[in-house]
Amino acid sequence: MSLSHAFFAVIRRDLVLALRRRSEIANPLLFFILVITLFPLGIGAQPHLLQAIAPGIIWVSALLAAMLSLDSLFRSDFDDGSLEQMLLSPHPASVLVLAKIIAHWLVTGLPLLIVAPLLAVFLGMPNHSLGILLLTLLLGTPVLSLIGAIGVALTVGLRRGGMILSLLVLPLYVPVLIFAGNAVQMASGGLPVDAQINILISILLMALVLAPLPVAAALKMSIN
Amino acid sequence: MFLIPDPVVRFFHRMASPPHFYSFTERLMPWLVVIFLLLTAAGLYGGLYLAPADYQQGDSYRIIYIHVPSAWMSLFIYMVMAVAGGIGLVWRIKLAEIVAISSAPVGASFTFIALVTGSLWGKPMWGTWWVWDARLTSELILLFLYLGVIGLYGAIDDKRTASRAVAILALVGVVNIPIIHYSVEWWNTLHQGPTVTKMDKPSIHVSMLIPLLLMAISFKFYYLIAMLQRARTELLLRERNAQWVKNMISESK
Repeated sequence: MSLSHAFFAVIRRDLVLALRRRSEIANPLLFFILVITLFPLGIGAQPHLLQAIAPGIIWVSALLAAMLSLDSLFRSDFDDGSLEQMLLSPHPASVLVLAKIIAHWLVTGLPLLIVAPLLAVFLGMPNHSLGILLLTLLLGTPVLSLIGAIGVALTVGLRRGGMILSLLVLPLYVPVLIFAGNAVQMASGGLPVDAQINILISILLMALVLAPLPVAAALKMSIN
Repeated sequence: MFLIPDPVVRFFHRMASPPHFYSFTERLMPWLVVIFLLLTAAGLYGGLYLAPADYQQGDSYRIIYIHVPSAWMSLFIYMVMAVAGGIGLVWRIKLAEIVAISSAPVGASFTFIALVTGSLWGKPMWGTWWVWDARLTSELILLFLYLGVIGLYGAIDDKRTASRAVAILALVGVVNIPIIHYSVEWWNTLHQGPTVTKMDKPSIHVSMLIPLLLMAISFKFYYLIAMLQRARTELLLRERNAQWVKNMISESK
């Protein structure tokens, strides 16, 4: 089996598995929507206030939803031993792991993009910043999956890895949050955001190339 | 190995052996303590007594003799931890793993001290305890990285596995180090730019600079003392079933 064949086989397998267990797709999405609806209830529904903090709310909620969905990335494969088989295969583990992360993003990250415009309307964000919001989510959420995969690979062998996972992953999410939130904020004010978008692209490219290596190393450590 | 002189190689090979490391650090420790005390006394005397008051900030600038060295140490120790962790990861050297994890609590303390002293100074000078400026935020994230390393090490029962996990995490966190270091140059922040490390001519008077450098070296020695003490304890814990530990205990009885 060639490497590209194996790569796409892993993606297809994970997508099929996810579609058989639809609750795993729905849960992070519902969490995302629920957290965002909590904010107007908690801080009061003044349109100006909401409009000002909408980019931050949407991005922080996306961050939390992405973190919540991380556990499903390796958990079931770790429990039933198929992860071990994958690492034993002749193909480089980092490439197969990248395939798993991509499949996971398609299932948990992409849906966030689809509901985000609706939530932006909820919070009264100006229409002209909607495109930038979607662009930052498109560039940022894959980074969340890639970085989160490092944390979850380190903790998948632990019985109670949940709390420690947030301590490991959230500090590393901060740059994405800063640049993405800032870009949407600037766009709402009608300012140019090229710099922030360029930085997000470079973060995405670096994470895409570098993150699979520690993930593979951490999984090998977690397996034995 | 043709680049490194033979005695150096032999020294490091010997240091990788736990019994030798234990007895060597035991003999080294009093010297480290004496040098640390002398440097601290000289640095504090120079900084708090000899150095003139700042023409704008008065005496309150003197907190830099703690704040700046702590901040330097927070970055330096993280790099030591990551490098030692990387060495442990690649060559499986037990002592490199132990040095890496023993550095984490010391580094976290220095990071905490840097944040607290900065905040104490910021209240009278900037008029606020805390601002979300790039350097303060990235230093806070560094503290979280240290705490993540300590937490992850504690969460995994098998300490050899835990060391590998911690090393991977520390190496991933290294991306934060250049961000902290250059944050004051990349972003226009409230935190002032570097004054000491400008190579051609530091923009700090020499009577203030010398005590600061003395304190910086003294903090390095404090780190060595604290880290080695932790490493020795950790080593005994991990090697408690080894013959040399049993011999040592039976001899001391």
